[in-house]
Amino acid sequence: MQYLLLIYANEAEAAGKSQADMAAMMTEYGAFTQSIIKSGNFKAGDALQQTSAATTVRLRGGKTLTTDGPFAETREQLGGYYLIEAKNLDEAIAVAARVPSAKFGSIEVRPVMKYD
Amino acid sequence: MSAVDIESVFRHEAGRVLATLIRLVGDFELAEEALQEAFAAAVAQWKSGGIPANPRAWLVNVGRNKAIDYLRRQILFRDKRRYLEAEAALANQTAPPEEDEHAFGDDMLRLIFTCCHPALSAEARVALTLRAVCGLTTEAVARGFLVNEETMAQRLVRAKRKIRDAKIPYETPALVMLDARVEGVLAVVYLIFTEGYAATSGDTLMREDVAAEAIRLGRLIDALIPGRPDVMGLLALMLLHHARRAARVTRAGDIVLLEDQDRGLWDASEIAEGLALVDRALRAPDRPSAYAVQAAIAALHARARQHDATDWPQIVGLYEVLLRLYPSPVVELNHAAAVSMVDGPARALALIDALAARGGLEDYHLLPAVRADLLRRLGRREEARAAYRTALALAKLEPERRLLAKRLAEIG
Repeated sequence: MQYLLLIYANEAEAAGKSQADMAAMMTEYGAFTQSIIKSGNFKAGDALQQTSAATTVRLRGGKTLTTDGPFAETREQLGGYYLIEAKNLDEAIAVAARVPSAKFGSIEVRPVMKYD
Repeated sequence: MSAVDIESVFRHEAGRVLATLIRLVGDFELAEEALQEAFAAAVAQWKSGGIPANPRAWLVNVGRNKAIDYLRRQILFRDKRRYLEAEAALANQTAPPEEDEHAFGDDMLRLIFTCCHPALSAEARVALTLRAVCGLTTEAVARGFLVNEETMAQRLVRAKRKIRDAKIPYETPALVMLDARVEGVLAVVYLIFTEGYAATSGDTLMREDVAAEAIRLGRLIDALIPGRPDVMGLLALMLLHHARRAARVTRAGDIVLLEDQDRGLWDASEIAEGLALVDRALRAPDRPSAYAVQAAIAALHARARQHDATDWPQIVGLYEVLLRLYPSPVVELNHAAAVSMVDGPARALALIDALAARGGLEDYHLLPAVRADLLRRLGRREEARAAYRTALALAKLEPERRLLAKRLAEIG
């Protein structure tokens, strides 16, 4: 079963981090990613640019409407994701709890839809 | 064979049969349908043929066959791979041998852990546990929690969908997370108990069937994973409170406070069972669970023949232990009430005013209610009246409102 781990954190707080803290976090993410590649859970994963770079698109009455910014303004913003393979929700939760941002942000665990 | 006898077998076996069927079938909803069909078949056959020697094994086997029939029909009509996979899985699973209590117990534990999974909402956990583990009808669960049947049915359907779609495992959790998950299960049981024992709203103080269901669950869990101090502590706590039920309300449904209760009406056998469990729970080397400490407090009340004989200094001490281990504003309030019995109302009032100043209990009617009692005992009638009025405005349960109104009238 595949799960998408959506990593939410407060961008403003992240921007306020010192360089040393950022470097430590990158190292931690690197180690975490390596560990889930090794365990076979890793399928894909990326960090996202800030929501200030986001554009939201809607098609209404045949017209493309674009607005600046993310779909919803929230306290925490989507900052990255992992697509993982896990045997069940318990395993997915255990992996999610190890995502470095889980310590200060939130990880949403979404089962991936399977069409058969 | 009478319909009543058959009904009682169903009530007794529903949880265990469902638990095993879910493991065999691999799908909560399909297992439930299979169980209903097995019950229907049993009604038809048992009326004339009598109840079989092992009704549980009979129901599991018939249910399993009904599920196989269902899957075959789906395969014929829809040719879906999912059903083929499910059928293949079902063919590989075996029902426990008829007399294997242990294997049935393992299935029951799987069901309990699944129903109490932290990925489900607290409401869903409670509803699912009562429906699937305890075998209550959806209508009975709805009545117990004062929601309409349709709302409850939807809540149950949503919960079962989440179990399937998010693949919540049908397993006893791995040892590393067992303690946390047992804690979650106990929270569900305690939530069921408190809703039954001291309802948060409605016309009556207690919904006894709900409280009794929680005790039944507690006993079941204690039997399935024996020797856990947290489980014993919770079971003791529930028993020691439940033992007082006959003395807690008048025939008219009015509350009788602990100090005025006829202790002869307390259930002696539940007290004896509760006291023995508290002792065992507290003898464990680890730090005591919050349930065990609360049970120890209830045990001191249970041991006092009259209200005057209550060991208040030790109760205050236990509340202090509880506050140190598991601080909470509600515990602080109870601690203050106990302090008033040892050091008098003035010192208790100071504690409560400090608690109120820190905030967090603004909506809790018992804070102004306790405060009002202390002010009354201090002879500060005007302030007591105001506090009773505040409590009355917050209380939602009718018997509590009557008690507060009576106190208010007594002050004059």
